Parts: sequence; C-alpha cells; structure tokens
Amino acid sequence: MNTASFLSRRLIEGVGKLGAVGWFAIGMLAALPYVLRRPALVVQQIHNAGVLSLVIIMTSGFFVGMVIGLQGYDAFSRLRQEDLLGAGAALTLLKELGPVVTALLFAGRAGTALTAEIGLMRATDQLSAMEVMAIDPMGRIAVPRWLGGAISVPLLTAVFNSVGILGAYFVGVRLMGVDNGAFWSQMQEFVEPADVWEGVIKSAVFGLVASLIAVFEGYTAEPTAEGVGLATTRTVVLTSVLVLILDYMITALLL
Amino acid sequence: MSAISAAMAPMIEVSDLRYDSAGRRIFAGLNLAIRRGSITAIMGPSGTGKTTLLRLITGQIRPKSGQLKVDGAEVASLDRRELFRLRRRMGMLFQNSALLTDYSVFDNVAFPVREHTALDERLIRTLVLMKLQAVGLRGAADLMPAQLSGGMSRRVALARAMVLDPDLLLYDEPFSGLDPISMGMVLRLIKVNNDVLGVTSVVVTHDVEEISRIADYCYVVSGGQVIGAGTPAELGQSDSAMVRQFMSGAPDGPVPFHYPAAAYETQLLGGQRS
Repeated sequence: MNTASFLSRRLIEGVGKLGAVGWFAIGMLAALPYVLRRPALVVQQIHNAGVLSLVIIMTSGFFVGMVIGLQGYDAFSRLRQEDLLGAGAALTLLKELGPVVTALLFAGRAGTALTAEIGLMRATDQLSAMEVMAIDPMGRIAVPRWLGGAISVPLLTAVFNSVGILGAYFVGVRLMGVDNGAFWSQMQEFVEPADVWEGVIKSAVFGLVASLIAVFEGYTAEPTAEGVGLATTRTVVLTSVLVLILDYMITALLL
Repeated sequence: MSAISAAMAPMIEVSDLRYDSAGRRIFAGLNLAIRRGSITAIMGPSGTGKTTLLRLITGQIRPKSGQLKVDGAEVASLDRRELFRLRRRMGMLFQNSALLTDYSVFDNVAFPVREHTALDERLIRTLVLMKLQAVGLRGAADLMPAQLSGGMSRRVALARAMVLDPDLLLYDEPFSGLDPISMGMVLRLIKVNNDVLGVTSVVVTHDVEEISRIADYCYVVSGGQVIGAGTPAELGQSDSAMVRQFMSGAPDGPVPFHYPAAAYETQLLGGQRS
C-alpha cells in the first residue's frame, strides 16, 4: 500500500470516528431527560470520577507547583525579578498546566476506569440485560458518567491550581527565600479575571471531551477481554492528543 | 380479532425470517410458532443462531426480511417507546446471568421494579423477598454477584426476570455450565413458573435430555431453518437423520465431525502420497 492511500484511509477512518462520536453525543443528549429525573446517578459519578481522583490530582498538583517554583525561581532570578514568581506560577497554572495536566490525569485515572467499566458491562451482557428490561442503558449508564466526568474536571482543575500555587509558594518562598508579600501581591497585580476564565473554559471543554471519549470507547468496545483492553488504551491516547490539540486551538482563539 | 381468537393465537409467530450477520447467513426462511402458556424448546447445534433468535424476539436486532410477531405486534416495526412497552412484558435469562455487578442480589432483583414502578420501598422489599424465596435465595439477598456460584447467579437472574410478572420468559442456555443439582433446580423453576404463573416460556438450549423432560414442544434449528419440530418423543423418532443425530448426540452423521478441509493426506504429506 502506498503512503497516500494509507494516509487517506486513516483520514477517512478518523472522520468516520468523529461522526460516530458525534452521533453518540446526540444519543446521550436525547437520553438527558431520564437523568434529569434521577440527579443522584450523576452525584454518584461525580464521586467516582471526581472525589476518588482527588489524591492523585492533589499530589500531582503539588509537585507540578514545586517544579514551577524551582524553574520559575531559576528563570526569574537570571532577570533579577524573583518577586514575579507568584504571578508567573499562577498564570502558568491557571491558563495552561492546570487544565491540561488535570485532563491528562483524568484520562489516565477516571477515563480508563469509565471505559473499562462500561466495556465490561457490555462484555457481560449487563447493557443488553437493561435493554431487555426496557431500561435505556444510554440514560442509565452512559449519560450519568459523561456528566459526572464533565462536571468533575473543572472542579479537579480548581483543586490542582490551588495546590499547585501552594507548591510554588512552598519552594519559592519557604525554600528559595522569595519575599512572601511580593509573591502574593505580584500575583494579585498581574492575574486578571480573563486569565481565570481562560482556564475555566479550557477545563470545561476538556472535561466534556475527555469524559465523552471515555464513555464512547467503553460503550462501543468489542465485547471481549482484548476489545476492552484496546478501548482503554484508545481512551488515553485519543484524549491526550485531543486535549493538546484543543488546548492550542482555544488558546489561539482567546489570546 | 376477538378476545377468544387472540387468546388462541400464538404468542410468537415467525415466518420466512431471514437474518445475516457479518456477511454470514444466520436464518434463511425460519418458520415457527410458539403457543401461549407452553414451554417451547429451541434446539440446535452451537452457532446456529439460537441466541440471535432471542435477540430478534426482544427487538435488540432487526431481521433482514420476514415477519416476527410477539403477541400480534410486528417487533421490527415498533418504535422505541412501543418496543419498551412490549419488553416490560418479557423477561429474559441471559446465559451468563448478566447481573449488575455493582448491586447486591436484592438490588439486582429490585432494579426493574424501582425503574418501572413508583412502589413504596417497603412493598418493593416484600416483592423482592417473595421472588427470592421462590428461587430459594432469600438468605442470599445481601450477597454481591461476585460471591455467588454459577447456579445461584442463574437463579438470581431468574428472580429478576420474573419480578414484574412477565407474560413471556426467554431462557438463553439456562443449563450451560451448571452442576447437576443446580441444573435440576433451574429445570424445576422453569416448569413451576410455567405451570403456576401461566408464563409462555421459550428455552434456547442444546441440553436435549434435560429440556425433553419439561418441554411441551421442540424446534430443532440448523442451517438457518427449522429441520424438525414436535414433542420430544416425536423428535426422537424423526425421519430426519440430522434430527436423530442431534437428539441422540451421535458425534458423526449428517452433521460431520470434521470441519471442511483439504484432503488429510495431501495436507500432511505436501501433496505426495506414499
């Protein structure tokens, strides 16, 4: 097979998949009324996807913040501008690292769990059993997990950012000796509401997309052990690539 | 249709049903009728589409052509709402039980009741415990599916399938993988459900001996068509060699032991015969 036909075939497959995911999302929107009558299902999923991810998010956030503290201190000290460390760390986290790293961690922890869970339900006929019991598995299984994930990501991002700033504070102020007052006052000085909003918009989009892919891959997984494994891998790969592409696009739109 | 003729009409009517899956012909003109209140066995070698037939009856997949009516309604022409209404009158026992693994035995059985009714939780408790008592697992109400044996899972799934008192119960390979005691229990439950509740039962199986003890009527399906029909006794005396082979379990006959292949000597000796 020559390269052109290989590429064009992959492109057609990609477009086909995009269409399938789109249809799936429309199907979930149609099943939304079922879930609106049962909000407890969504709360349960916020617990599964959000609360249970808190430890990994906080640990990662703290270390990412500490690295920013070190690197930021090194960079700013070359410019004799150590006092700007607070502002630099906050902007980096709020606008970029917070939403992106949280979405990637979400795909790795909660996204894979969602895909494997739904894929196994498919493989063990639990979804078919619901169908036969006249219960729509889209409403009962897919939508609550989608919404739960989509709501969790922005909240997790907020936690990641807060802990990250504390990490930067710990390294910058406590270890490297940046002035405490300057660290916080420069942050207040330079961080605008628009910067916060940029992060909120990104994390909302990432949440919707990451959670959609996880649920879609699980729902459409081949009902075999290998099929569920492959679907789980696709969730991580696809989410990671899409998050990075979307990150660039949203940044370009908002700047 | 008058009330009497409606009561006499078959619960399930299949005529000239055709269905292909992944380019393979599964049904090529299938015809059968399942009488109300009867236990009907659908038998046939593995891979003949017996489970597919149940999926067609429940409307999970649609036939390529032909008719499939459940209680007078053409399943393929129903919209989703009508299909769900029809399914609420069906119960299905899956081969692997298909219990919801996150829920306890009690919650699994209560699941369809909670979804489809607004009954008080106390009433649901009574109802679920009664169904669990009927399958002998009232004491297992608090266990999780992972703690159950294969036979117990099957019985819990049966309690769930019959919790809303369906008119039609579909059993997909209810005996496969069960020890003789569990098999005897499931067999008895199918019979009791049928006799006491007047449910129409369709049992897809290849356990000829077991089902012959309780079935009112049997269909043998092979090659996409019905190749034999009658009471278990009649099928044992069938003129068709294929039906007789299936009923007696002979390893070779019209259904060959060997999967089609090139000549044995040719393949082993690379085309040179000694």
